[in-house]
Amino acid sequence: MSLVLQLDGIQQVYGTGEAAVHALRGIDLAVEAGDYVAIMGPSGSGKSTLMNLLGCLDIASHGTYSLAGHDVATLTENELATVRNKEIGFIFQSFNLIARMSALANVELPLIYGRVSRGERRTRALAALESVGLAARSGHEPQELSGGQQQRVAIARALVTGPTLILADEPTGNLDNESTDDILGLFDTLAAEGKTIVIITHEDHVAARAHRVITISDGLVVGDRLSARPAGAVLA
Amino acid sequence: MSVFEILVSALRGVTANKLRSILTLLGVMIGVASVILLLAVGNGSAQDVKSAISSLGANTITVRASGMGGGGGEESTAGNTKKVITTGVSDKLAAAGLGHVASVVPQVSTSLTVSSTSASSDSVSIVGTTPGYFDVGTTGVGTGEAFTASDVTSSSKVAVIGQTLATTLFPTGSALGQSITVDGTPLTVIGVLESQSSTGVTDANSVVIAPITRIQRSFTGFGAVSTLSIEATDADSVEAAEGEIEIVLNQLLGQTDDDESYSISNQRSLLETQEESADSFTVLLGVVAAFSLLVGGIGVTNVMLVSVTERTKEIGIRKALGATRGAILGQFLAEAAMLTLLGGVLGVVAALMGANYEIYGTQPVVLDYSIPLALGVSVAIGVFFGVYPAARAAAMRPIQALRAA
Repeated sequence: MSLVLQLDGIQQVYGTGEAAVHALRGIDLAVEAGDYVAIMGPSGSGKSTLMNLLGCLDIASHGTYSLAGHDVATLTENELATVRNKEIGFIFQSFNLIARMSALANVELPLIYGRVSRGERRTRALAALESVGLAARSGHEPQELSGGQQQRVAIARALVTGPTLILADEPTGNLDNESTDDILGLFDTLAAEGKTIVIITHEDHVAARAHRVITISDGLVVGDRLSARPAGAVLA
Repeated sequence: MSVFEILVSALRGVTANKLRSILTLLGVMIGVASVILLLAVGNGSAQDVKSAISSLGANTITVRASGMGGGGGEESTAGNTKKVITTGVSDKLAAAGLGHVASVVPQVSTSLTVSSTSASSDSVSIVGTTPGYFDVGTTGVGTGEAFTASDVTSSSKVAVIGQTLATTLFPTGSALGQSITVDGTPLTVIGVLESQSSTGVTDANSVVIAPITRIQRSFTGFGAVSTLSIEATDADSVEAAEGEIEIVLNQLLGQTDDDESYSISNQRSLLETQEESADSFTVLLGVVAAFSLLVGGIGVTNVMLVSVTERTKEIGIRKALGATRGAILGQFLAEAAMLTLLGGVLGVVAALMGANYEIYGTQPVVLDYSIPLALGVSVAIGVFFGVYPAARAAAMRPIQALRAA
């Protein structure tokens, strides 16, 4: 299978000299297309830093990161924006929908930045909302939706551009148990459809749904194992 | 994203915080309204000046014998070898068929004591002229009638007098038909002039106007005339007429450009001076108003900075979704421009309403160009004063923006 992303000797250093903080100290990692990967680690382990790098929101101090064939370090600011737009679908812990914009308008937003024509935008956004089961709520604004529904809109927004990589940062962190199961079920479906998913979490039961679990500690990869559990299994 | 969508999205941004937006666009509105209104006031007063001057006779050209005051022609003919302008010269000039000259009115003048049986007035301006005098400029006859060409031919002892003089000499009744005595010569009053606005130190309403032949015969002699009032065919022909007059007069008088014995002037030059001062008044008002627009613009910068700070998270989300620097810049510029455009439209409406009222005695006349200008400027101000906040938003790094609460 082809590699969606590959990290070689990735280091991230904040600050300089005595005050320098080594958030990542040399990460090597490769994710194949269709993989469902969970990245685990306690707070301060560097997993958020890794998430920012994977999402092209930040550039590593050392090492190379290639995403869908692009060497991210060589890209200009606008090219990075295009990569974020076309290759990555973000799902955040706090949903990060834009207030006072309907669910539909939120889902259309990445397509606007991708210069997709108006008619096609509408069709694709409605299809994405349909796939997360929220077509009936397309006219609602975020504050009119429950947490689980908001996260589903966010997933629709992440899917709508047909990205190479779906990147989720603690996607169930703000949700109750029922909504968590709901959202994780959605991830299982996406994985079954062959989507490449990287999910960052500190919760075992979330990580357990993934095919592969990578553990990070103190800025280094300390564990990388395939999940014993078959994909789609429901945790008791 | 089409222009329409950009505008709709900008409008949504503006309406997100209505009170703040309204207060900000109020500043722009006041600025735009005052620019339009003050320019209109300046323009209105310029038009007042124009109409005031054209009522003085913008078509009138005055030829004056140099070195000759109002005191008559005799003293300057003595010892002067130059030919002088006489009624003969005046007649020839009138008969020369000049294309831009409508009429030529010669005048002689002096200053004498005038009396009636009951009262008298010193230093009254005595003008001898032809009936054309009453057509050139605005010196019309109010009551009674003007003298005629045959009065001039026969040097009739008739006069048209000014209102002040009429009241002084005949305080109790009408001056018409009464007799006045000018330095011993009796004249019959056949008309009283309309009230004139005084332009100098002399009272334009204290005057005796009589046939030129009569004044020459009795007082000034048949030498030079003091003034020729010449009416051009229209206001635009004044300069051409001056040129023609100069050539013909020089021929008639046998002199060259360098030794002219007369000076030539017109109301138009006065008009131009006055227009210039009115225009600079307009510019001054415009500048004052522009400052209030500037203050409004600074308000836009302020409110946009607040908006950018408040929406840091939103900017982060948009960047994570693939918004380029340019897209964010465009969004905030469009919002700033929308804010000022709304202010500008309201300002135009306010100014048009305000222009219906008289301001300090001047009826404002809205300049056609000032409305599109003010609207254009208000959008430009939005863009100009929005650039800094928008650039700040655009330059935000996505992770930092996303981390904002």
